[in-house]
Amino acid sequence: MTQVNRLNGGLIDRSTSLNFRFDGKTYSGFQGDTLASALLANGVRLMGRSFKYHRPRGVLTAGSEEPNALVELRSGGRQEPNTRATVAELYDGLDASSQNRWPSLERDFMAINDRFSNFLTAGFYYKTFMWPKAFWEKLYEPIIRKAAGLGSLTGEDDPDLYDKGFLHCDLLIIGSGPAGLAAALTAGRAGAQVILAEEDFELGGRLIAESCTLAENSGADWVMQTQAELAGMSNVRLMPRTTVFGAYDHGIYGAVERNTDHLAEPAPGKPRQTLWRIYSKRALIATGAIERPIAFENNDRPGIMLAGAVRAYVNRWATTPAQSVVVFANNDDTHQTARDLMAQGVKVPAIIDTRPDAPDVEGTEVLKGAEIINTSGRLGLSAVRVRVAKGYTRDLFCEALAMSGGWNPNLGLTCHQRGRPVWNADIHAFVPGEGLPVGQIVAGAAKGELTTDAALRGGAAAAVSALADLGITATPADLPAAQDAPVSLSPFWHVKDAKRAWLDFQNDVTVKDVKLAHQENFTSVEHLKRYTTLGMATDQGKTSNVGALAVMAELTGKSIPETGTTIFRPPYTPVAMGALAGRATGKDFHPTRLTPSHKWAEDQGAVFVEVGNWMRAQWFPRKGETHWRQSVDREVLQTRNSVGVCDVTTLGKIDVQGADAADFLNFVYANGFAKLPVGKVRYGLMLREDGVAYDDGTAARFAEDHFVVTTTTANAVLVYRNMEFVRQCLCPNMDVQLISTTEAWAQYAVAGPNSRKLLQKIVDPEFDISNEAFPFMACGEVTVCGGLRARLFRISFSGELAYEIAVPTRYGDAMMRALMEAGEEFDVVPYGTEALGVMRIEKGHATGNEINGTTTALNLGLGRMVSDKKDCIGNVLSRREGMNAPDVLALVGLKPVDAKDTLLAGGHLMNKTGPVDVANDQGYVTSAAYSPTLQSSIALGFVKGGFDRNGEQLRLVNPLEDKEILVEIVSAHFVDPEGERLRA
Amino acid sequence: MHNLKAITPLRGVTPRLDHIGTISITEVVDQALASVAARKGQSAVMQQALADHIGLHLPEPGHAVIAAPFGAIWMGPDQWMITAPHDSHELLASEVKEIAGRSASVVEQTDGWCRFDVAGVGLCDLFERLSNAPVRTMAPGSAIRTTMEHLGVFLWRLADDHMAILAPRSAAGSLHHGLVAAARSIA
Amino acid sequence: MIIDHPLLGPRDAQEFTYLGDASLINRPDWQCENALSEFHDYLYLRDNPAGEHRELWYHEQGDRSWLVVTRNTVTHEILSVELAHDVAKAVTAGRSAK
Repeated sequence: MTQVNRLNGGLIDRSTSLNFRFDGKTYSGFQGDTLASALLANGVRLMGRSFKYHRPRGVLTAGSEEPNALVELRSGGRQEPNTRATVAELYDGLDASSQNRWPSLERDFMAINDRFSNFLTAGFYYKTFMWPKAFWEKLYEPIIRKAAGLGSLTGEDDPDLYDKGFLHCDLLIIGSGPAGLAAALTAGRAGAQVILAEEDFELGGRLIAESCTLAENSGADWVMQTQAELAGMSNVRLMPRTTVFGAYDHGIYGAVERNTDHLAEPAPGKPRQTLWRIYSKRALIATGAIERPIAFENNDRPGIMLAGAVRAYVNRWATTPAQSVVVFANNDDTHQTARDLMAQGVKVPAIIDTRPDAPDVEGTEVLKGAEIINTSGRLGLSAVRVRVAKGYTRDLFCEALAMSGGWNPNLGLTCHQRGRPVWNADIHAFVPGEGLPVGQIVAGAAKGELTTDAALRGGAAAAVSALADLGITATPADLPAAQDAPVSLSPFWHVKDAKRAWLDFQNDVTVKDVKLAHQENFTSVEHLKRYTTLGMATDQGKTSNVGALAVMAELTGKSIPETGTTIFRPPYTPVAMGALAGRATGKDFHPTRLTPSHKWAEDQGAVFVEVGNWMRAQWFPRKGETHWRQSVDREVLQTRNSVGVCDVTTLGKIDVQGADAADFLNFVYANGFAKLPVGKVRYGLMLREDGVAYDDGTAARFAEDHFVVTTTTANAVLVYRNMEFVRQCLCPNMDVQLISTTEAWAQYAVAGPNSRKLLQKIVDPEFDISNEAFPFMACGEVTVCGGLRARLFRISFSGELAYEIAVPTRYGDAMMRALMEAGEEFDVVPYGTEALGVMRIEKGHATGNEINGTTTALNLGLGRMVSDKKDCIGNVLSRREGMNAPDVLALVGLKPVDAKDTLLAGGHLMNKTGPVDVANDQGYVTSAAYSPTLQSSIALGFVKGGFDRNGEQLRLVNPLEDKEILVEIVSAHFVDPEGERLRA
Repeated sequence: MHNLKAITPLRGVTPRLDHIGTISITEVVDQALASVAARKGQSAVMQQALADHIGLHLPEPGHAVIAAPFGAIWMGPDQWMITAPHDSHELLASEVKEIAGRSASVVEQTDGWCRFDVAGVGLCDLFERLSNAPVRTMAPGSAIRTTMEHLGVFLWRLADDHMAILAPRSAAGSLHHGLVAAARSIA
Repeated sequence: MIIDHPLLGPRDAQEFTYLGDASLINRPDWQCENALSEFHDYLYLRDNPAGEHRELWYHEQGDRSWLVVTRNTVTHEILSVELAHDVAKAVTAGRSAK
């Protein structure tokens, strides 16, 4: 197919021809085209189907406000639905498909909806699909979603990379039209740090879309000169293809830079897009204006476009939408469209101007005081019917219509916080009002300065004043003279008595729908939007909101500003989820923390489990083991029978020093630490201020003024934060210093009856670690393996004779290997978190399952630990009556009456007889495991008044699976209840 | 002398070095670290002791200094991180404690951290993809504690084209991955 | 948001962890006569004004300072930022003066 609508001139590069496909057909265009301009050049007007009625639609605009020409771009994992053809930069091999049609764009069976348009009015879904309720999810919604909708996703993974980044500047300029460029030139020459962001791939805004001149040059020439000067300034960062989508607190803006969207695919390692967080001291909104359509009968046919867009296609892309174009307007500005078209030899049968006093235009007829009352053409415009001033009608044949109801300042970013637009009666449009985001200023058309001259000078002046706030002196850049005709416009929103006149093309909202909303009393703007869906979806009503407001104003008999205003929220245009995610996807979602023995554990074929960000060895399968239980049971038994080693580095370690270190810990922990001797470790329980248990661990006293505290793996960060809170906010006069040392030391638990023998081969002989010299709960600094500094703690989580040994992390890998080698004669076994968990349940030690944010020290059987002789966090409120009633939950052990039964955590406990309900609830199971030591399933749980219910039988119920297991309450210390092994 | 072999934060026997475009990323292991925090009311005494004994004048907030072979980075109110080469100062914490005495709490931090040195002309392009620090205006000698790849890190500007990053050692692999990915992105 | 840290200057709020009402600094005396009700009020009765609010922020990804930030919860304007440690010292000094 040839480019039948291609004109002369323009800013396209005719030396680079590009082939592309749309709905399977091949076309060609040029470098510098968008998909929309290239399709128009090829004579394609039909580009999509509408959301609800499946009406044939073509391109309406030439920018990101496009409601109609939405396509699926690319295929496979890169398929991108709802891409606006008006901003999709053409590249060789581009492949696009129309959407929301079946089987083809020309023959769409769902267009039947259009016949039933009388039923499918505003509120149709709410009214029709209410009953029966159950039908909604299963029947109605799937059908509606299939029939009414936009593009589709492939469900494949996106193969592209997305970057995130942070930029800082004095002045962020958003938009590179006359105002933005004048501001950039002014600020750049003053030496300020400037970022100029432009959503288009070319700078210039309307200057490259209009045939205007600046002094002796064309607008495009001045843009090129200016761009060249700005590009040479090291303090100015030009960012084309960058959409600033949100204005956030304190001068922070969100922006997406489309790095490689204009290529078939990014080079390896290169990002598709970059999400920038821009810290600006001042931000200038120079986002121009968006033209508004006029509502009239069948104003949505392919070929009916905004006049400014037509000029952009003609002047920038050397493309006309058709060879015969009628113009319909209520303002002088739009008459230029006819002149631009005629200059290129395109026929303009007439200009239809709603104003009786409209000026004449040489070369065509101006029908003054006239309006379009209907259009025809099934898949594209073929004629318009005009009611002329005297009342009779006239048909004009044309394949395109350029319409304009005036311009609305593009003020989206001014509303992202508390800014509310105000009505400007001079230009009949909303302009930015009070309450702009901090540091934000507006210039040019976005502010209502609608002439080129006003925009240029407004931009320069805004830059000067913004920089003055920052103490930077700037003088307005010398600017060329430009068009300065006053805005001449008579408001005209819709042609009366139309049956179907579209306001919102994307959501298929007509004037009649607004009338219906009014009739049904949805008169507030917010209700109107939600009832009719006006202004929703990808374009967020950029071309429709004000028109609908005007219609509602007319219906209510109020003025437009009295009726309401229209505001915008971020994002300005849709942002891909991929860009928001950045690199944090899949396994890179969060950083992975590896333990010092990770490499060694990998060599052993360990199975790993994520614990927070840590990867911990869960168990170490051996040859022949086919089920995880075999590995775990073996690890438990071998540890209990001889010796096992486990990497416990992940436990939080906090170094606490200072003259008041002991007093500080006394305050942080429920139990006392002041009298802990040097060289000893003590278990500690922390409470929240409400008396609920928070975390537990140990504190080892290395000197009078030096402790090392451990926390659980999960709470390491929280406990540190909380301890800093206590230090800085509650105990500001104490001499105490904190620092985390979690990662500095590789720490291994060595547990089991042979642990001492093993460690005696590791710890250098000058350190006596016999039971007498280094008893249970001792700690000290030692050296290992011939002189390496290490810390040794005699503490036990497993209930066995056990130690923890810590060495500087870089030696952790070697230490693990040394322990394994030294332990060979004892048949040492490495054990993972599962065996660790089994052994702690066998011993009745609480962890996060029991210290679960609802349980107190009393519940945990540690009530006596809460000293009443000193102040500590949680002390006072843990004395509340309800938390100390005789029947409070108590931690107990549970075992099945029938040893074959398996206990599961989470189930609730009921008395042996009686109903299963909340009133009879006796408690619940928190942890369960198979104990290879007892050769039975065992569990820990909380039971009401469980302190003295040993031997009682309860039912463990699982109503979901309709199961009940009879269990017996036993001591939580299944193994070695007297603690003889610990002290051996 | 003990017989335990150290491994690097990236789990190698020798430090890793990557060249991507104009950027080099070096895993630095010859670094000992010790935190010093002044005891209550002892900040001046502690600072004087360090200045007298090793010529180290502790820097203001947001800064770092070098008094070879030692260096110091501001960490928090009355708290600094002291650096020195590991091979010659493996027991840095003990050395510093010896100097500061009861005026300071000193804690060995050497293996709590990994360090990568990033050098090259594209330094700012790389770091603005990873960190909110104002890298383009960050002068040599400044040190910022902030986040990178969801990790709490120190960024220490050593020269216009040279930045050191200190990050939690256990996450060295994730950080290195992030650095390499960003370097490829701008290469 | 940007929090102007008293020692480090403007820093992104993303580096901070929020706790809430700065009155948490004013922890009651555990031995006072009506300690239970004092602690109850201290813990559970917090102001949540639409307007100026003194609140605690922790520079977790920075220098680990707790800050008292006076912020307008409607506009997000930040009126002052103090080190909580200084605020707390003043509170305890006031207490011992009583």
